[in-house]
Formats: sequence, structure tokens, C-alpha cells
Amino acid sequence: MENSKMIEVNHVSMRFNLSKEKHESLKEYLLAAVKGKLQFDEFYALRDVSLEVEKGDFYGLVGLNGSGKSTLLKVIAGVYKPSAGSVTVRGSIAPLIELGAGFDMDLTARENIYLNGTVLGLTPRYISEKFDEIVDFSELRDFLDVPLKNYSSGMVSRIAFAIATITKPDVLIADEILSVGDFLFQEKCEKRMKELMAGGTTVLLVSHSIEQVERMCNKVTWLERGRVRMAGDVRTVCEAYKALDQGTEAGT
Amino acid sequence: MSLLKAYLKDFWRYRYLLYNLISRDFKLKYRRSVLGVVWSVLNPLLMNVVMVAVFSTILDMRSAGIENFSVYLIIGQLLFNFFNEGTSTAMSSVLAAAPLIKKVYIPKYIFPLEKVCFSLVNCVFSFIALVIVMLFTGAPVHLTIPLALYPLLTLFVFTLGVGLCLSAATVFFRDIMHLWGVFITALMYFSAIFYDPVQMGGAAGEILRRFIGFNPLYWYIKGFRMAVLDGQLLDFNTLWVCAACALVALAVGLVVFRSQQDKFILHI
Ligand SMILES: Nc1ncnc2c1ncn2[C@@H]1O[C@H](COP(=O)(O)OP(=O)(O)OP(=O)(O)O)[C@@H](O)[C@H]1O
Ligand SMILES: [Mg+2]
Repeated sequence: MENSKMIEVNHVSMRFNLSKEKHESLKEYLLAAVKGKLQFDEFYALRDVSLEVEKGDFYGLVGLNGSGKSTLLKVIAGVYKPSAGSVTVRGSIAPLIELGAGFDMDLTARENIYLNGTVLGLTPRYISEKFDEIVDFSELRDFLDVPLKNYSSGMVSRIAFAIATITKPDVLIADEILSVGDFLFQEKCEKRMKELMAGGTTVLLVSHSIEQVERMCNKVTWLERGRVRMAGDVRTVCEAYKALDQGTEAGT
Repeated sequence: MSLLKAYLKDFWRYRYLLYNLISRDFKLKYRRSVLGVVWSVLNPLLMNVVMVAVFSTILDMRSAGIENFSVYLIIGQLLFNFFNEGTSTAMSSVLAAAPLIKKVYIPKYIFPLEKVCFSLVNCVFSFIALVIVMLFTGAPVHLTIPLALYPLLTLFVFTLGVGLCLSAATVFFRDIMHLWGVFITALMYFSAIFYDPVQMGGAAGEILRRFIGFNPLYWYIKGFRMAVLDGQLLDFNTLWVCAACALVALAVGLVVFRSQQDKFILHI
């Protein structure tokens, strides 16, 4: 039973210092310290958030802009260390938070595939094995030896998505990645994620497309200004979330 | 100890990334210049010729006790360049990697480590210049030359330690970059690159001899010269000073870096 929880987020808070003047030089810092002005405007992007994702879940995360969704995913992926609380992830994790981490625009696509692959912790041997699969999926074989700076942004995302999903991770966390690319590629991405799920991958998805969440997810958490507003079954939460829309419309 | 173990485990996992980052730097540095690697050799070589010309006209190096001034000088130059390049690039490495650090989890020490490794690669290439100068001046080839690896590797560890400290500090205070530039210029004059403090006369020599021992770089350069230029075994003092400075710098670097690394993301 214990092992079926793939992601556990326990009372996580994430605090940012929104200091208006960042003390980036020693002089400024010392002056501020002498004047006793060395306080920061604290801002909680997440406050006491808890959630559990079980094996096989297709978990959705919804909320308005700035509600902390991306921050939560980054905490789970280990990019941020939470200011309070703890996060446990069982198994390997493929973060599709911001695609193409480590891409160097001056290098060619071929070189970038290796660079980005190793950033994600893959071995060069594994990348070589899967190289053709990556290229075929992104459909960019003709552009392999072109520096990435000559690519369109959609083309860059295609490559990035292909690399990031080439492994069979235990957990896939995805932040609005399905909104990149043209509609054919979006369908392809959705199919890829379904395939991964069929292979036992647990997915945590952030999306602003509520009908996509309703179509794909089975559980949803709704974040509002860094707190969990509602969590549970996809139908109930999505209904309530959509009611928010009507509520504000009725209000105005 | 467990700290070191955790670092080594991470290191093993991300060794390919380290390799790829180094080869990226390499490609970007050499792809666009026609002469490519040749610059790494030509640059110190030309520098050497100029400095030899200048100093030999001002001072009589042979009477100052330096037999082969060209070789003596270029060893100092190359090792100091390595330290300078390694620490300076390591210092801004974490800031430069901000786009990456904000997107995925990577052990952050990999960035200063990569820069110091890349500087070492450059340094090894530039040893071709040393070989050329040795051939040109007819310097004898001593059997002790392989011993030069010892000061080189300990210098690498020392540079890494300093680089770790600097890169962590720079995240919080950007102006350390400028201060370090000034400091390193001053340090250059106290590293016995173009003079030999032991042979130097006068009050200046007296003062130098007293204080230069506190400069770790002096010991690394001295050790390297003993092995390559003088054909001597490294003496006991050089051995332990090189190792001790390296280990202390690395330990301090790791502790400082580790205690600060989780805060980096909030400041870059
Ligand atoms: N590095 C940072 N420093 C300071 N504040 C930050 C930082 N990152 C995020 N924030 C703040 O945290 C809050 C939540 O941001 P987050 O990106 O998680 O929102 P989101 O739910 O993903 O929004 P969107 O729907 O627009 O993607 C925002 O108010 C943002 O200003
Ligand atoms: Mg977001």
C-alpha cells in the first residue's frame, strides 16, 4: 500500500524574497545593513500545500495565473527547495516543466540532443540507441545539423519534448507543454503521454485547458493564491472551478 | 566524509553531463576561430617572447641566477594563467547557468567544476608552447619531468576549491567579480613569475623571501619548475604545502558551496 504513492507533498510552503532593491553589490548590502533596512518583502508562492499522487493516476493541477502551479511542480522536481514541508518522489522523474533545459542555441540539434539528454541524466549510449526515435518523433531530420538558433520556437519544442519523453519514467510532470506545437503535434504529444501511462507512468499535468484536464485526468487539485482550494475527483473540482468563471462573470 | 561520498555519487551520475559541458565549451571556443587550438599555444608563446625581450633588457637574468629565463618564465605564466582562468570562469559559472538551474535539478557544483576542468584542458594544450620554448632554448630533458604532474594536479584541486567559494559568493554579491580581477593582478606580482625571490638582492628581495611563502601559487609554480627545469626531486616542504593548500581549499570550498547552494535559485 505504502509504495503506491508516487508523489507525496507534505505541508509545503515556498517563500520568495521579493526585495525591491536586490542587494547585489557588497556596498549596497553593507549600507542597507548599517541602516537596518535589510528586510525583504516576503511572498509565499505556496502555503501549506499537501497532495498525494498514487501510481497510475493522471493527476491534474488547475488554477489561475500566479496561483503557484509551476512553483509546485518545480518543488516536486527538486529545482526549488521548499522553505517548509517535504516532498517525496518514488522512482525516476521526467520533468517537462520548461522544455529544452540546457539547449545551447549556437550548437546544432544533434549536439543539443546529447547535451540536453545528459542534463536529464541519460547516458550517451542510451541517447545513441534512441537517437532515431527522437528524430523521427520530432520530424526534423532535415534540420539535424543546423544550429538551434535557426529553428522556429515550435521546432525547438518538438525536439525538447521528444528527448524528455524518450525514457520510460515512473513519474512525468508536465507544465502546459501540450500548448506548444501545431495541432498535429499536440495530438502526437497527447498520444505519447497516453502510451507512457499505459506503460505504468504516473502523470502530473498542469493545463489551462479545462476540457483537456477533464478529458485526460482522473484527479485534480485546484490551487488558489498558493493554497489548495479544492482537491479530489476530476468531475467535482472541474465543476467548481468552472463555476468560478460564471461567478466572476455574474459579479461584473 | 559522508559529504564527500554524496558528492562523489552525484559526480558519477552526472559524469556525462560534465563531459558534454566541457565539449560544448570546447566547440564554442574553437569552432569559429580559424587557427583554433593554435591560439592556445600562440598566445602564451608570443607573450613569452615579449616578456623575455622586456625583462632581459632591463635586468641581467643570468646574473640574477636564472639560467634559462624563457622556460622559467613560461612555466610561471602557464600555471598562473590556469589559476586565473579557472577561478575567473568558475566564479561566474553559477550565474551563467541560471537558465539551466531554473529549469531542472542538477547538482550545482558541476558548473564551477566544469569551468576548472575546461581551464585545465586549455592549460594542457598550452603546454605545447612550453615544449616549443624548451626545444628552442635547448633546455635539457630531465627524467624528473613526470613529477610535474604533482604540482599540476594539486593546483587543479586548489583552483577548484577557490572557484567553488568564489562562485557561491558571487551569486550573492556580483561585485566580487571586479574585486577578484584586481586581486589577481596584484597576486601575479607576488607569484615569482618573472623573478626568483631566492636570488633577489636588496631590501625588496628580503621582504619577498619572507612573505612569498604565504602565497600557495608560489609553491605550485616552484614545484613545477623543480621537476621540469631543474631536474630535481620535489623537496618535502613543496610536497606538503601543495597538498595541504589544495585540501584546505577544497574542503572550505565544498562546505561553503554546500551550505549556500539551495539559496542560489532565489538570487539568480
Ligand atoms: N523566482 C521567483 N521569485 C519571486 N517570485 C516568484 C518566483 N517564481 C514565481 N514567483 C511568484 O510565485 C507566484 C506563483 O507563480 P507560478 O509560476 O507558480 O504561477 P502559475 O500558477 O504557474 O501561473 P501560470 O498559470 O501563469 O503559469 C507568482 O505570483 C510569481 O510572481
Ligand atoms: Mg506556470
